[in-house]
Formats: sequence, structure tokens, C-alpha cells
Amino acid sequence: MTKLIIILLSAVFINNYVLNRFLGICPFLGVSKKLDSATGMSLAVIFVMLIATAVTYPIQMYLLVPNQLEYLQTIVFILVIAALVQLVEITMKRYLPALHKSLGVYLPLITTNCAVLGVTILNIDEGYTFLEAMVNSLGSGLGFFLAMVMFSGVRSKLEGADIPKSFKGLPITLVAASITSLSFIGFGGVIENMFAK
Amino acid sequence: MNKLQNFSKGIIRENPVLVLVLGTCPTLATSTNVESALGMGVAATVVLLCSNIVISALRKVIPDKVRIPCFIVLIAGFVTMVQMLVKAFAPALDAALGIYLPLIVVNCIILGRAEMFAQKNTVIDSAVDALGMGAGFTLTLAAMASIREIFGNGTWMGISIPLLSDNHISILTMAPGGFFVFGLLIAIVNKFSKHKPRKKDFGCAGCPSAAVCSGACAVKEGSDD
Repeated sequence: MTKLIIILLSAVFINNYVLNRFLGICPFLGVSKKLDSATGMSLAVIFVMLIATAVTYPIQMYLLVPNQLEYLQTIVFILVIAALVQLVEITMKRYLPALHKSLGVYLPLITTNCAVLGVTILNIDEGYTFLEAMVNSLGSGLGFFLAMVMFSGVRSKLEGADIPKSFKGLPITLVAASITSLSFIGFGGVIENMFAK
Repeated sequence: MNKLQNFSKGIIRENPVLVLVLGTCPTLATSTNVESALGMGVAATVVLLCSNIVISALRKVIPDKVRIPCFIVLIAGFVTMVQMLVKAFAPALDAALGIYLPLIVVNCIILGRAEMFAQKNTVIDSAVDALGMGAGFTLTLAAMASIREIFGNGTWMGISIPLLSDNHISILTMAPGGFFVFGLLIAIVNKFSKHKPRKKDFGCAGCPSAAVCSGACAVKEGSDD
């Protein structure tokens, strides 16, 4: 149980996917302008990360490893994720139109999001059990959510700021991201020590 | 446009990282030292070259509606090949790049060039375009990694630099430094480039998945522009 909590908290705070591992930078910079789109995108990412792990983990363990096909991991995972996202979108459109309206537009974008492929591959590389892998995916998704929401707050302050001309747009956004990520450096070592007896 | 222009546009005028702002994730992640930056650049260039050649050769065969999945499968195939080669011949590089090696699959530069260039141009033009874009990617990565390694660690390609090695700013090699140096480089490019920074230079318009989502997020995002 302690291990699961450590995995969860360190995925959210220490190894934050966006601010520490640099995965999913495109949506982080592109969709974080407004709080509601940032929230929608992050919820869609959490959702897709969880189902992608739930599907790719058994495929790796029960299909690829017994048949010595580990080298197909990259191709299989990206195809499974792409197909899965399409499937989820179609199902959601048919049965949950309200949810589709708020999350649906972000779903196709996630197919080529490196955070989702990254979390599925990392779960295998780290040698997690299925439960640990699911917890790690949840933590990674929550970390993404936290970073997106925090950063959309920072960006709304940037809107009114007087910025040198050549820094307008992306450069100042990156500098702001740098400072946001600096705040996460402070968490290093905290989680492990919390449970160290 | 002649071949030379086609090649050089990738390095300066349409630099994939600093002007088109594609492939930000590997740029930030692997630019902590020059060696892994060069490794990442070369690996991505090889994949880009192979995928551009094959996609432009098959551009009349692939049906328009399923082109994105086709591109992704082709790219994933080449990435797996590169992954196996690196594992076999450069295990140190494999350890340094780690997760970012398989993630070349979702590098926007590769899908972006397939979508923007290879599917509309001849094989030779696409190969030249891939080499130019790859060179631009590698050079930018190397430049950024040099800044981060020299000032953050006091070394360059593992060679220790006197004076700086005693007074290095370690934060530059950590995550915040990556964002900061990247922002600084783009600001410098904006300062010296003739055309004004475009309004939609990142977000939806620059994102190759815009073809997949048909600009759905632009509708949500664009209302405040």
C-alpha cells in the first residue's frame, strides 16, 4: 500500500510528466490559454491514459512477451492507442453526448500525444505490476491536470503584462513555464522521506 | 524552388524547432548534454528521411481518408528499426535517450513533414526536405545543449572548461533551465527574423494533429484572439 501511495504521489509531484519529463508539451503550451479548455484537455488525458494502460499492459504481458515479440512494442502500442481513442470517441458520441461535447474535441488530439504513449511504455520499463501501472497512470494524469490548471492561471496573468516585443507569445510562455517548473523542484526527495522510517 | 533552397529552408527560414515549433518534447528533454542531443538529432533525422522517402513514394497509393494511420504505422516501423540499431551499436546512447527513443514516433516534426511536404512532393524533393529539416533539428538541439552544458555543467562534449566548471549554474541542466533556454532562443530568433512573429505560431495551426482533429481545438481556443 505504501508503495502505491509513493508511486501515485511521485508521479504527480516529482516526476511530473509535463514539468519534469517534458512529455505532452504541445497541449501544455497550446491548450492552456483558458481554464476550461485546460481542464477539458486534462480530463481527457487522464481518461485516455487509464484505458490505454488497462489495454496495453495485458497486451505486452500476455501477447508480446510470451511470443518474444517485444520489439513490436512501439508499433503495437501506438496503433492500439489510436484505435482505442477512435473507439472511445465513437462510443461517447453515441451514448454520452453531453460528455462528448465537453471532452470530445480533445480526444483525437491525444492520439499523437507523447504523454500517453510515454506512460504506457514507462509502465513496462519500470517493471510495475498491473495495479501499480494503473496507479502510475492515474498519478501521471493527475500531474498533467495539476500542471495545466496551474499554468493556465499563470498565463491569464501574462495576458495583461507589458512584455518586450521579441518575447511576445511563445518565448514568455516558456519562461513562465520555467518558473512554474521551478516550483516543482522543491518537491524532490519530500515524498520518499515522508515514508522513510 | 531549387534543391539548395529546399535544403536550407529547414535550417533557417523554416527551422522546425525555433520557427515551426514542432518537436518541443525531445528538444527540451534531450538537450541536457551535447552528446545525447546529437544522438537524438541523428536518430530523428534517419527516421524522418526514411519516412519522407517512403511516404512520398506511396503518396498516390495511400487513400486520403486513412493517410494518418498509414503514416503512423510507417513511422513506427522505422522508429523500431532505429531503436534496434541504437540498442545494438550504441548502448550508451540508448541508456541516455531512454524513453525518448521510442517516442520519436509521436515527434510532431516527422508526422508534420509527412503531412505538409512528403505527401505532395516527389521522392527526391522529400528526401532533400527531410535532410534539411533533420539538419535544422540536430543543429538547434546541439546549440541548445551547448548552452545548457557549458553554463549548467561547465563542460562541452565531456571536456571540462576552466573557470566555468567551478562556477556552473546547475539549474540550467534541470527541467526549468530547459524551458528558460528554449524561450530565450526563440526570443532571439524573433528579434532577428525579418517577418513578425506570427500570431498562430503555436497551438493548433502548428500542430500536425490539426489534420486529425480538423481544428476542433482552434474553435475552442480561437475565440479570444
